[in-house]
Amino acid sequence: MPETKPVLMQGNEACAEGAISAGVRFYAGYPITPSTEVAERMAVKLPDIGGVFIQMEDEIASMAAVIGASIGGMRTLTATSGPGFSLKQENIGYAIMAEIPCVIVNVQRMGPSTGVPTAPSQGDVMQARWGTHGDHPVIVFSPASVYETYYLTVAAVNLSQKLRQPIILLLDEVIGHMREKVTIPKDSKLMVEKASDKVPADWKPYDDKGLTPLVPFGFGHYYHVTGLFHDQYGFPTGDPQQVERSLDRIHEKLKKYRDEVVLTNYIGHKEPRVVIVTYGCTVRSARAVVKKAYWNNRQPVGLLSLQTLWPFPDKEVQEIAKKADVVIVPEMNMGQIIGEVERQVKGEAEVIPLNRYDGEMISPEQISDIMGRWLS
Amino acid sequence: MGNRQEILLTGAGGQGLILASIILAHAAVNDNKNVVQTQSYGPEARGGASMAGVIIDIDTIEYPKVVNPTVLLCMNQASFNKYLPKIKRVGECIVIVDSTFVSGPFREEYKVQNYPITKVAKEKVGKEVVANMLALGVVNAAAGLVDPDIFRESIFEMAPKGSGEINQKAFDMGYFLYEQGSGQDIDQSAQNPQ
Repeated sequence: MPETKPVLMQGNEACAEGAISAGVRFYAGYPITPSTEVAERMAVKLPDIGGVFIQMEDEIASMAAVIGASIGGMRTLTATSGPGFSLKQENIGYAIMAEIPCVIVNVQRMGPSTGVPTAPSQGDVMQARWGTHGDHPVIVFSPASVYETYYLTVAAVNLSQKLRQPIILLLDEVIGHMREKVTIPKDSKLMVEKASDKVPADWKPYDDKGLTPLVPFGFGHYYHVTGLFHDQYGFPTGDPQQVERSLDRIHEKLKKYRDEVVLTNYIGHKEPRVVIVTYGCTVRSARAVVKKAYWNNRQPVGLLSLQTLWPFPDKEVQEIAKKADVVIVPEMNMGQIIGEVERQVKGEAEVIPLNRYDGEMISPEQISDIMGRWLS
Repeated sequence: MGNRQEILLTGAGGQGLILASIILAHAAVNDNKNVVQTQSYGPEARGGASMAGVIIDIDTIEYPKVVNPTVLLCMNQASFNKYLPKIKRVGECIVIVDSTFVSGPFREEYKVQNYPITKVAKEKVGKEVVANMLALGVVNAAAGLVDPDIFRESIFEMAPKGSGEINQKAFDMGYFLYEQGSGQDIDQSAQNPQ
């Protein structure tokens, strides 16, 4: 067993450590508050372990560099915040279309535009879903602690390779910047088998039959990579049948592996009357409230925290809605994930928003106030 | 919640309070406690007011921000004016100020303890920059947050190469200052620290 002494670590640092444990050896980015510590740690660590760190001229170029390195067979990561995330969108769409694995970290800050660089926010939930154009699949993770940041980064890198799908890690300023005690195995290798080791003889880059591993350029297979709709070999096509099949193909893989991708966590009463559904740093405030109300006072309350935001945990929310009378959705924005919650609750419970967008965290008092009103 | 300690370290940017908060958090981890450290980031952290919060608990820590400080350190007048009114449990919260920069008013109900932290760091330890470690010594002596031996080792681990001893010396001087008592003048209080 590797050494597992607890250490003090920042969320952003844990993200970089998780990426390195999962085999990431290429980082391209452009530093931006509050994500800069990810780049800093990668810059310190990558050169010593045979990796590459490049500071590019902007976010567009860094996203392009990450895609290029991925086709070359490296595991890649880039980190940014809201303004940079906007710039990356075009190339994220390209990576989704061409099925190139990579992990994009967005440490959310208060927007729109340059906003308040150092204030936390959860305003990029819908941008992560629909930021790039077209009917595309996305996977978005949102950790609520330093340790969760570590293991979700590991999961993101590995899943991204397996599914040939870009994955977005949506951190927020609170989780990115806070330091916490974590126990992380030292010098661990948490890398699942390389998908490209199991290449069938009749390999096609975009096989109709389903998911095929990515064979990097220079490993004996010749194929074409494009953002245009393409056939099995990657060459552009406008044939309606092939276009439809191609779009189905990129959506099917997420449906097939749904249970590996959709991660949630429920704590609280078995038959709750009031359930809080939230994600990111807001989970921390909600957990403080639910622990007190349920563990100390045995009140019928629960907390469903969403580690995966997209694809949206539909079944999990439906299940909650069947039991609960009231679902409270606290978010540090003007209401984004709540629309999705309402869609799944389907009127079976009352859905109550709790929004804060002044650049401060939602406090436990705010949540317990609103919860108390529905319990009495 | 009886074990929960919420510590606010406040002062001017450049006084080393953020580093002090990281070292305190690091020491708490080494002492096998749960800890969360947060700090002010904005432009105010670069020259203006600086604030760092550390929460230490045996239980897991959920909400990461300091809301109900149990220890407040003020290293300049502006932070004293700003953060003193934020204390909720007046009289129970341990308030420590650096009398080098803070002149009061020390209202009785707050039970403010003042020590010439920076002055002692400069004149008795020999370097003004170790005032932050000296302050940690006073804070830990007053609040008993972390085992002092573990704290000393943690300071040595975290200090820049070659400065471990002087930082530990400053920490010990903090304990000495605390034992001398609040409001003492440096010339009597720091004659012969052991």
